Amino acid sequence: MALFSVTVFVLFHFGLQRNSLEGDLAAGVFWVTLLLATVLGVNRLFVVEREQGGIDGMLLAPIDRTAVFLAKAAALFLYLLLLELIAVPAFDILLLGPDPYKPLPALIPLLLLANVGVAAVGALVSALAVETRARDLMVPLLLLPLLVPVVIAGAEGTSPLFTGSQSPHELGKWLGLLGLYDMVFLLLSIAVFDFLLED
Amino acid sequence: MYSKGLKPLSIASLATLALALGLVFFYAPNDADQGFLQKIFYIHVPIAIVSLCGFVAGGLMAIQYLRTNDRSWDMRSYVAIHLSIVLGLGVLITGSIWARGSWGHWWVWDEPTLVSFLIVFLLYCCYQPLRFSIEDPERQARYAAVFAIAAGAFVPINFIAVRMSQSFSHPRVLSATGGSMPGSMRLTFLISLLGFTLLFVTLWKLELTSKHASMQLKRLKKRLELDLEERPAGAPAPPVSTVPAQPSRD
Repeated sequence: MALFSVTVFVLFHFGLQRNSLEGDLAAGVFWVTLLLATVLGVNRLFVVEREQGGIDGMLLAPIDRTAVFLAKAAALFLYLLLLELIAVPAFDILLLGPDPYKPLPALIPLLLLANVGVAAVGALVSALAVETRARDLMVPLLLLPLLVPVVIAGAEGTSPLFTGSQSPHELGKWLGLLGLYDMVFLLLSIAVFDFLLED
Repeated sequence: MYSKGLKPLSIASLATLALALGLVFFYAPNDADQGFLQKIFYIHVPIAIVSLCGFVAGGLMAIQYLRTNDRSWDMRSYVAIHLSIVLGLGVLITGSIWARGSWGHWWVWDEPTLVSFLIVFLLYCCYQPLRFSIEDPERQARYAAVFAIAAGAFVPINFIAVRMSQSFSHPRVLSATGGSMPGSMRLTFLISLLGFTLLFVTLWKLELTSKHASMQLKRLKKRLELDLEERPAGAPAPPVSTVPAQPSRD
């Protein structure tokens, strides 16, 4: 995932023919790359269990199915965190120009909130798609439209950070939207996940 | 089972739609700004409302399916979403025509309602591929229901997010103040909305009836096949055996 994101940054450098990005262009490149890398992780999230019958084993264990969902979502959250630990510095160094470290502190809450929502939706979509025949095709088709609000909030929230002018009110608005998204999809996924494992 | 009341419903929806079209062209005044072009509003907005309500209704029926485990609810949810996708295509096409006429572009990004509708439409386009790439019918119903619920909850969040991100330029005809529509326009709009709602319900019942009938037919055919197999060889053929049974079975 991290390698993929760095490769995409290089592709963007040549595709856009820019040595450094700023403002909304930088925010767009950053978030779209992160979400495309997420698709790779979501694709693999349930595949191993499916192929080796691990799901049956988990269902035999005396645990709540919500725990299975939360574990998968937490794993995806950690994957995303790892991805960002590599992708954010790479993005800063490769594409952000001379003064790369300034926007970092304000980026952290945005990324954390976005990760929660992406992890919840990603675990749900992964469980949905793993039983289908064209699994690798279904994941991006389902996941990317569902993540549009995250891109909106993330890109709108970060683009002032990458230009240098930062109004805290605006950031709060986008953090609020991400929080709402997280809450709705976390609760919803917990509510419906049981039905995906029923056999 | 589903065909009850289908005939009066079809007649009612036909009559209401005809009345609505008559009102649109001969009764409602031309818009002061946009002139004749604004008439597309009476088609575009009602089908948008009906198809969004259809998506949400599909999600509610899916909840009902998961609660009761009754396959007929799954069928209802499937047909509602399927029809809403067809209507959604109509919404995008009429919206695009309207945008072209009124703003000069086929597609306008800074217009939240159209953009969020496109996103919702793209998401729901995955409903059928998801459904039919799962073989086990029982699991198919459950997974489709989970998708319908998640997507139904996504609709309002998506509208909030897209609206927050953009300037307000969509004609807010139905604003909080009740809109600045004169009474004749509002009457036409409401009748048109009613007409499309009736049309949706009629089509929904019609497809459910046809699905139910074809399922029954399949069941009868299977029983006939079993009957033919169980009969000892050389027994006189019953009158139904004019139906060609598969010879490869013997």
